[in-house]
Amino acid sequence: MPEIKELVKDLADKHGRNRESLLPILQGIVTEERFISDVAMAEVARELDMSAALVYGTATFYSFLDTEPRGKYVIRLCKTITCDMKGKRQILKIIEDLLKINVGETTKDKNFTLLETNCLGWCHKGPAMLINDEAFTELDEDKVTEIIGDYMRNV
Amino acid sequence: MPNKKLKRVDIIFSEDCVYKDVLTDGLKKSNEAILKEILDSGLRGRGGAGFPTGLKWKFTSQETEEEKYVVCNADEGEPGTFKDREILTRVPLKVFGGMAICAKVIGAKHGYIYLRGEYQFLRADLDKAIEEFHAYLKEIGFDFQIHILMGSGAYICGEESALFESMEGKRGEPRNKPPYPTISGFRNKPTVINNVETLVYAFMICRIGAGKFQELGTTDSRGSKVFSISGDTPIAGIYELELGMLLEDFVEEFGDGDTKAVQVGGASGFCVPRKKFKDTIIGFEGVPTGGSMMLFNSSRSMYNVLKNYVEFFEEESCGQCTPCRVGCQQLKKGIEAIKKGEKSAHYLDTLQKLADTMKVTSKCGLGQSVANSFSSIVDNFKEEMIY
Repeated sequence: MPEIKELVKDLADKHGRNRESLLPILQGIVTEERFISDVAMAEVARELDMSAALVYGTATFYSFLDTEPRGKYVIRLCKTITCDMKGKRQILKIIEDLLKINVGETTKDKNFTLLETNCLGWCHKGPAMLINDEAFTELDEDKVTEIIGDYMRNV
Repeated sequence: MPNKKLKRVDIIFSEDCVYKDVLTDGLKKSNEAILKEILDSGLRGRGGAGFPTGLKWKFTSQETEEEKYVVCNADEGEPGTFKDREILTRVPLKVFGGMAICAKVIGAKHGYIYLRGEYQFLRADLDKAIEEFHAYLKEIGFDFQIHILMGSGAYICGEESALFESMEGKRGEPRNKPPYPTISGFRNKPTVINNVETLVYAFMICRIGAGKFQELGTTDSRGSKVFSISGDTPIAGIYELELGMLLEDFVEEFGDGDTKAVQVGGASGFCVPRKKFKDTIIGFEGVPTGGSMMLFNSSRSMYNVLKNYVEFFEEESCGQCTPCRVGCQQLKKGIEAIKKGEKSAHYLDTLQKLADTMKVTSKCGLGQSVANSFSSIVDNFKEEMIY
């Protein structure tokens, strides 16, 4: 996979090749690829001259550094109690129906992954979700249908 | 102890303040004068733990190492807290100003903001603000640079030593303490690590003076604090309030008329039931909070609330020490088994003992504070846990 090799090299050129560069490089891979494959981890280990186990251990510690294949758009719905109280379960059901997947799964066309996450820091405007890095708040049936619909049309 | 009436305050977001003026004046003062001001103000950390800010600065300033750092903890992850996002959105330059003044006092050339991954969308605006700030520092000839490092969705990284580990590119596992950050923090160098809000207060104290800040609050809890109010309230949002108010007055102002309990301080804080509202002071002498105030009315099941918190801790435990890793799992399994009738109600006592054990044996604040919400919810809403 020459693209991964190149991406890792570019990221290492930008962030450096020491231990402190590891997290920014892994974050950079997720931004580009949505997840960190085994090949990518091995490549990072080689480029930074550290053990692959060390890279794996660090990557798997962080919930946003996905090591399983993810869709182009990763949806993370907040599951903390205040969002739950404002109707998060209903929102989850709507997204599951729209994308025809269950939470934790990726659509067959690899466009969407649906996940739950801990507090997103929008408790006064729940329910809230992130789609990649963008935050959406005060979700209700109409709003979430429109947002997901827009994404589905534009992939 | 005399409590304070609920009072709204406008210090943090106050627009009647030009950051450049405050910064230039602040940087002209002697380190001793600034330290005295911060110490006299009685300012304590606004992230939750409440360590006196002036002491952190003083201890770090006394270290003789050449390399020192200022770190701004913007890994706001406590359920129910969203004030740091608001502060970073509305008054980022005041945060940087607090960092620069701290840097002058302790002798640091570099400051770092550790921003949680969930707030990546703030990044572009923050980068722009930092550019503006750096340009001004250059103009006045003050040698200090601010950098942003991103988190990646790990609550534990809000714990200061885990945050340093993460900044160093490692798993965010808390370190043993001592040594404390003032001696050995980021890169094992003397480091001041302050919450976003604390840095703004420190900056504003340089402007309004310790005396003015001290007039607010109580002996143990000086000044005001930004509260993140959510749950069953018609007016959820961010409010800056004087510390030391009674929870009763708070509920009167923010409740929906049917408030059954308030979770003060997030999942790692305490649940206060209605009957204790009138005896509970919000502050370090009563129930402290990093800002999170979640209100629950009588339609809510406190079992669901507790289960949500325990699941949260089970997921976010870093897994490094056994009491926290296994304890969180067992607490969750335990309350589920009682609810299903697979275990008798007496099993709750066993779980309480487990929570107490976690409090004394866990390595860091995460495992130590699980017992806060667990015991306060189970004690006050026992029947809801069983039936």
